[in-house]
Amino acid sequence: MSPARALPEASLGTAIDTAAAVRSGDRSAIDVIEERLARIAADEEQVHAFNLLSADAARDRARAIDEAVAAGDDPGPLAGVPVAIKDNLCTRGVATTCSSRILAGWEPPYDATVVTRLRQAGAVMIGKTNLDEFAMGSSTEHSATGPTRNPHDLARVPGGSSGGSAAAVAAGFAPIALGSDTGGSIRQPAALCGVVGVKPTYGLVSRLGLVAFGSSLDQVGPFATTVADAAVVCEVIGGHDPGDSTSLPQPFPSVVEHLDDGVDGLRVGLVTEMLGEGIADDVGARVRAAAEALAAAGATVEEVSVPAVTYGLSAYYLVAPAEASSNLARYDGVRYGVRVDAPTAGEMMEATRTAGFGDEVKRRIMLGTYALSAGYYDAFYGQALKVRTLIRADFDAAYERFDVLLSPTSPTTAFAFGDKTADPLQMYLNDVCTIPTNLAGHPAASVPFGIGEDGLPIGVQVMAPALGEIVMFRVAAVLEGAA
Amino acid sequence: MDEPTTPQAVARISAEDVAKVAALARLRLGPGELDRFTHQLADILAHAEDIEALDLADVEPMAHPVRLRNVFRSDEPAPPLDRDTVLGQAPSAEDGMFCVPPVLGEAP
Repeated sequence: MSPARALPEASLGTAIDTAAAVRSGDRSAIDVIEERLARIAADEEQVHAFNLLSADAARDRARAIDEAVAAGDDPGPLAGVPVAIKDNLCTRGVATTCSSRILAGWEPPYDATVVTRLRQAGAVMIGKTNLDEFAMGSSTEHSATGPTRNPHDLARVPGGSSGGSAAAVAAGFAPIALGSDTGGSIRQPAALCGVVGVKPTYGLVSRLGLVAFGSSLDQVGPFATTVADAAVVCEVIGGHDPGDSTSLPQPFPSVVEHLDDGVDGLRVGLVTEMLGEGIADDVGARVRAAAEALAAAGATVEEVSVPAVTYGLSAYYLVAPAEASSNLARYDGVRYGVRVDAPTAGEMMEATRTAGFGDEVKRRIMLGTYALSAGYYDAFYGQALKVRTLIRADFDAAYERFDVLLSPTSPTTAFAFGDKTADPLQMYLNDVCTIPTNLAGHPAASVPFGIGEDGLPIGVQVMAPALGEIVMFRVAAVLEGAA
Repeated sequence: MDEPTTPQAVARISAEDVAKVAALARLRLGPGELDRFTHQLADILAHAEDIEALDLADVEPMAHPVRLRNVFRSDEPAPPLDRDTVLGQAPSAEDGMFCVPPVLGEAP
């Protein structure tokens, strides 16, 4: 197995170009699917991006799209576009495991809203992608189905938790994919795999059918090879859903229409706290180069201090486990998934959860249970919620002076397997730049911007205030053009 | 678990604490696991000492990024999930119900 491997993606085309060709009849959807399936057949054994491939269903669906086009119908803005779906998004009648033993064999009785909306737009699901169990992790090493490998260097992790989706797009298995982002789980793997990843404003994309981890933090978003493809997917999956009580009553902002607006006159803040200690020199250099590129395109760039973000990691690793300990109480061997038999109900639940969950999930459940327990609630969970207020207030102050903020997405390029699995805190430090936006509920995108000293991709993070997606995408588009 | 007396005391977590939260969370830990998890959780909680040290008495907690209010749907019947499909995913079901091992006679 050769460790390094060139990215072949460009030759297979973008989602936008694919949909245009299918809609006009220049290219059949079945041909598009077969081309991607051939790429998967060649490389998936090495990458392990997927928990499940739905090749036959994808072929059936592609043929139906071709028949619709032949009959003069328009299948939609993503006509015939293959999409990979993170395996914590419910797919009706198709196994959804969250890469956990405890959900082995479970087939959800309904589709996630985002899955329904992709289908209605003409997209074709090609498979379910690997993740850290229940989206808890930053390397996709905590998966019951084994790790996903980074297509740029098979000896390195793809990041996580949406590592399968990021690797699927980087390897050319699909032009677009969906992930979920609770503390950086879309942006960090996007950075490490050299693709675009977007976490929208909390509430802009429905969580109905996203298996819950940290409900006040979770948000679904796209992976893509281009900023424009990511923008199209956001508009398709976003907007109000009556089935999610935290869904905002408005459509996704019109990001596609404004992609080419440029950054002339925009104010860009470089976050001081995210450029110092703990950030690799080559990563920091690329972020400063990105700032220079934006300045050259007409933006004003200054450093800005957002002091409270330094407390983000501590607050997040109390809030997210607390919410997870509550959300994962539902896996009790009664209604779905796996059961380990025992003489009484209590013993059955304990045996089922002990055998069904992996170590990282157990760690977070215990941490969250502790943080919420009597005598510790105020010191840990309560204090973390107050820090959340501080972080949002410091962001608000920064956004009075700046339209967007810039930082690294991940402190380093992709690391080797096993580097951080023995020390959970070291693994958590990967999320130090991505976590604050989740705590605030703000949008952020990771855009590939060159490579590090090891030749591996580096991502630059563009952060924006709540509902600031239009300006965020304008900046991302300019960075993409300058990379 | 003893009541914390100082922030320093709060930061420590003992093997007994971990065993107790594991039991509360319906998880069983082997002896080696208990030791390993105790060290790892202590490391994570030690990192959180930075926010324990902050005086935030006057700061409002933020549980959620969106102002949560009750959302009512219109009072119109809609088709529910098919019962047999849902029960078909359960480890054990009978006569339209989920089945569990005996719950009576257990220690509280």
